[in-house]
Amino acid sequence: MPGNGQAVLRVQDLKTVFATRAGDIHAVNSVSFSLQPGELLGVVGESGSGKSVTMMSLIGLLPMPPAQVRAGEGHFGGNDLLKLGRKDLQALRGRDIGFVFQDPMTSLNPVFTVGFQIMEPLRKHMGMDKARARQRAAELLQLVGIPDAERRLKDFPHQFSGGMRQRVMIAIALACDPKVLIADEPTTALDVTIQAQILELVKELRQKLGMAIIWITHDLGVIAGIADRVMVMYGGQVVEYGPVREIFANPAHPYTRALMTTVPSVRGARAEKLNVIEGQPPMLSQHPTACPFRARCPQAFGRCSRENPARYTVAQGHDTACFWDHETGGERHV
Amino acid sequence: MSERRKLVEVRDLKMYFPITSGVLRRHSGDVKAVDGVSFDIYEGETLGVVGESGCGKSTCGRAVLRLYDITSGTIKIDGVEIGAKSQHGLRKMRPTMQMVFQDPQACLNPRMTVAAIIGEPLDEHTNWSKKKKLDRIYELMDAVGLNRNFANRYPHAFSGGQRQRIGIARALALNPKFIICDEPIAALDVSIQAQVVNLLEELQDEFGLTYMFISHDLSMVRHIADRVAVMYLGKIIELAPRDALYDSPLHPYTEALLSAVPDPDPKIEARVERIILKGDVPSPANPPKGCNFCTRCPKVMDICREIDPEYRELRPGHFVACHLHNDTGATGAPRNEHTQQGEDA
Repeated sequence: MPGNGQAVLRVQDLKTVFATRAGDIHAVNSVSFSLQPGELLGVVGESGSGKSVTMMSLIGLLPMPPAQVRAGEGHFGGNDLLKLGRKDLQALRGRDIGFVFQDPMTSLNPVFTVGFQIMEPLRKHMGMDKARARQRAAELLQLVGIPDAERRLKDFPHQFSGGMRQRVMIAIALACDPKVLIADEPTTALDVTIQAQILELVKELRQKLGMAIIWITHDLGVIAGIADRVMVMYGGQVVEYGPVREIFANPAHPYTRALMTTVPSVRGARAEKLNVIEGQPPMLSQHPTACPFRARCPQAFGRCSRENPARYTVAQGHDTACFWDHETGGERHV
Repeated sequence: MSERRKLVEVRDLKMYFPITSGVLRRHSGDVKAVDGVSFDIYEGETLGVVGESGCGKSTCGRAVLRLYDITSGTIKIDGVEIGAKSQHGLRKMRPTMQMVFQDPQACLNPRMTVAAIIGEPLDEHTNWSKKKKLDRIYELMDAVGLNRNFANRYPHAFSGGQRQRIGIARALALNPKFIICDEPIAALDVSIQAQVVNLLEELQDEFGLTYMFISHDLSMVRHIADRVAVMYLGKIIELAPRDALYDSPLHPYTEALLSAVPDPDPKIEARVERIILKGDVPSPANPPKGCNFCTRCPKVMDICREIDPEYRELRPGHFVACHLHNDTGATGAPRNEHTQQGEDA
C-alpha cells in the first residue's frame, strides 16, 4: 500500500465528483497511490474508469464547476496539491509537473511557433531571457529527436506530423526538468511505428533525466513494455496495483484477468475465439456501495453486491480490491 | 485454394484526388490515395487490410464499394463488373455489398429510431409490407444481440458497442454477401472490441458472409482475418495468408510494423527485437521515386530509389512488392516483368 516516506507524489483517498443537472457523477472514488522517484507508473483502464480525471484533479485542470474534488490529499514536495490556490498551482504546473496530452493536434496552439511554445515555460518558470530560452529550446528539440532543431523552432505546429508534434509536446513538458511527468494516452492517436519511436524515446529520456512518469493508457501492451508498476482502474476505483511483472504473471482481480485474455496478440498462439467481458461498464451515478465490477464478474457472489471491497494485499507491494481470492478460488477471509 | 469462388476481384484500382491551385482551380497534381492495387476476396473469407493512417486503406474500401467514382481499374463483385457503372446503375447492386463504418456515433442519424435506421435499407430496396419489415427488423435485432424492446429508442440512448451493433444490423438488413468493415472497433473500448469481433465472426458463420476488414490493429486482424493485405502509401506491399504473414513476413515494412506492436506480456516484451523505423510516411501527393518505402526502409538498396518494385506472387498465395525478393534486384532493373525466376524458398 502507498505510504512510503520518500515518494514524490502520494495521493490519499481522492474523490472527484461531477455535479451535473442529471445528478452527481462519481468519477473518482477513494483513489490512493504513490509514485517513487524515477519510476514509471502505468495507469490502465477503459474510458470512463476515472484514470484521466484522477490526474487532472491533482493538477487542477478540471473545469470547476462541474467538477468538485470532494475529499483527499495529494502530497507533492511538501505541499498538498488539492489545497493549493490557483496561483500556486499555476507556478507548479509546467515547472515541477509536466504533462503530455493525448491529441497532439489540439494541444499545441496553432497560431504560435513551436519555438515560442517551448520557450514559454522556460521564460515564465525559469526566468530565462529570450536568447537563453531559445538555446535551451533548440537543445530540447534535439533531445526529443527532431532533426535540424534550430530551424524548426520557427515552424508552426501544422508543419509537423503527428509523431513530431507529440515529440514537441514532450519537449515542452520536459522544458523545466519536472520531477513528475504525467502522460495522458500520449501514443493513442499515433500509428504503431510512430508509437514505437515515442516509446523508445521515453525509455531513453528516463535514463538520461530520471524523472518519475505517470503513463495513462488503455493499451496493456504499452504498459508491459515500459512500466515499473501498474495501477488498474475500473469504475472510478483502483482495482489492482502492483509491480508490472507481478501483475502480468499473477493478476489477482477478475477484471485484470479478463482484460488480459480479451486482447489478442500478434505473437504466440492464436485463440480460436476471443474471450469477452460481457456487459457494459457501470454508470457512476451513485457513491459505490458495492463492487463496481460485480455485474460483469464471473466470480461474483453475495458479498460483492453488499459491500465495496477494500484493497487487500496479496503479495509484497501488490494489492487488489476484490473479495475473491484467486489463489484459493474461493472467498477471501478478511 | 483455387476451387473456391472469387467473390470480389479488384484489378489495378486507382483512386486519385485532384489537387487544384490558383483562382482558376487549375489541376496541379493528385493525391494518390490508392495507386494500383489488385486483390481477390474469396467467398466466405475475411480479408484483413492493415496499414498506418493515411496509407489509403479506408479509401480502398470505399472505392471497392464505388462510394467514389474511381480513377481507373476494374472491380468485379459477384461476377458483375462495377468499376465503370453509373451511380444510378449501382443501386441494384447495393443490397449485395454493404459497409460498417468506424464511428458508430456519426453513422447513425440521431433523429431516427433504431427501427427506422435498421429498416431504412428495406424501405429503399424492397416493397414489403409494414408488418414484414418489422418482423425482419426484430429478427436482425435478435441476430446482433439487441433487445427488441429498444426498437423505438434513439441512438443516443445506446452505448458505443450497442451503436456498432445497430450499424451491423443495418448492414445485414438486405442479406448482403459482402461487407466492408472500416475500422469497426477502433472507437470502442478494449472489453467491448472483443464483443463486436465475436459478433462479426458469429454472423459470418451464420450467414456465410465475406468480409473485408480494414483496421490498424494488427493483433485484432490476426484474430479475425484469413488473409491479410498490408498497405503502404496507396499500394499493397504484401498480401498473404494470415499465418504466413505473421510468422514469416517478407517485406521489411511488414516486419517493422509487426515488431512495433507492443506485446501485453512483459516477458515477451523484453525479448522482442524492435525495428524502429525512422521518420514519417511521405505525403501521397508527392511519393518518393522508386519504391514508396525507400525513405524509411532499413534494408534499402540503390535500386529501390530508382525503380518501383513489382507486386508479384513469390510463393503460392503470398504476394510481395520488394526488390529484396527479386534475384535481379541487386544488379539491375527487372525489365521482363513476368519471369518467375525469383528465389522460391
